[in-house]
Amino acid sequence: MTLGLDLTLIAGLLALALHVVIVRDDRNAVVAFVAFGLLLGLAWVRLYSVDVALTEAAIGGGVTGVLLLRTEALIRPASAAPTASRRSGGALAAIACVLLAGGLAIAVLSFPNPAPTLAPEAAEALGRTGLGNPVTAVLLAYRSLDTLLEKIVLIIALVGLWSLAPETLWGGAPELHPTAIPEPLVYLARVLPPFGVLIAVYEFWVGADAPGGTFQAGTILAAMYLLVLKAGLRPAPEVKRTALRVLVAGGPALFLAVGFLGFLMADGFLSFPDGAAKPLIVGIEAALTLSIAGILSLLVAGPPSKAPAP
Amino acid sequence: MTYIMDGFTLICVSAGTLLFLAGTLGLLRFPDTLSRLHALSKADNLGLGLIVIGLLPQATSVTGALKLVCVWLLAQLSAATASQLIAGVVFRGKPPPK
Repeated sequence: MTLGLDLTLIAGLLALALHVVIVRDDRNAVVAFVAFGLLLGLAWVRLYSVDVALTEAAIGGGVTGVLLLRTEALIRPASAAPTASRRSGGALAAIACVLLAGGLAIAVLSFPNPAPTLAPEAAEALGRTGLGNPVTAVLLAYRSLDTLLEKIVLIIALVGLWSLAPETLWGGAPELHPTAIPEPLVYLARVLPPFGVLIAVYEFWVGADAPGGTFQAGTILAAMYLLVLKAGLRPAPEVKRTALRVLVAGGPALFLAVGFLGFLMADGFLSFPDGAAKPLIVGIEAALTLSIAGILSLLVAGPPSKAPAP
Repeated sequence: MTYIMDGFTLICVSAGTLLFLAGTLGLLRFPDTLSRLHALSKADNLGLGLIVIGLLPQATSVTGALKLVCVWLLAQLSAATASQLIAGVVFRGKPPPK
């Protein structure tokens, strides 16, 4: 019974992946990519990785899709018929992808059986972190350096996006909403955000003990804020505002500060003192959630397109 | 008692999936955007609603059941808005917004 479901999922994923690569129309490809992200989320659920599934649906299906759609709309006039160089580039990319996928397949198939795993060690040390969700423990305690660097990469991406603005607009506000805002969108932007914020807080809080966490909660918050911006209920903020920059950098900065505190209070960089791990992790997660929400919504909003008020 | 519950679930979820199937057929076969939207919203609202009602007896707790109902209500809200937006674009005959 479940085998049928799994095979259908795999067939759907392969068909969508092929469609994304083959289809000529860029927007069509992006829409298929979003559907691919959602289906991939289901596949992760089938692999019992609900944390990854939630992140895949939020980031792979949601934010990446919106970013790609907006980019496609911006570059459409420039990207007309496919040229010869684009085609040869595509062939090169296809060969590289096939080689990489083949290598990965060989590596995965040649794993010893049972595959090497750190799961018992991770589960054993779980009690010392005070957390109930091993995924959160890996992200914020065992391998927190990776998580920290990942958040800093997000900030660098945002700075890179902002620097696309012309000199005169630097520090100004991005423009997100269309000139004529449809009535139903305004209604949705008034009704949905309270629920969205509630769900985001729940996702963040439950992440300590069950699937959920900062990225999922931050993405939901970002989506709600973008809905409000898109419906024109609030003007987009000027990116030179101090409060906005504190919000964006706050989470990683707090993470880094707690990391350095580890030298004084525990065994070294990014190590938490015994007994205080859980409150520290929850505090870092709260700040990170807000930072991620800010960064993701500003990434989607795009580079500043209005001159800053003097 | 559990037999009745399970039977209820089976009937409702089957009806719901049937509606999804019909909606998908309509989405693929109907001639214009508005009738395709019509088919899609039937699947979204009624199909998902039937599946949720069918799953209610299987919920282990009251909060679990409430969450299911919330999923349906939120899906209703977003599906209705999306349909309205797409229909509005078609009605005004403009290209889709960027």
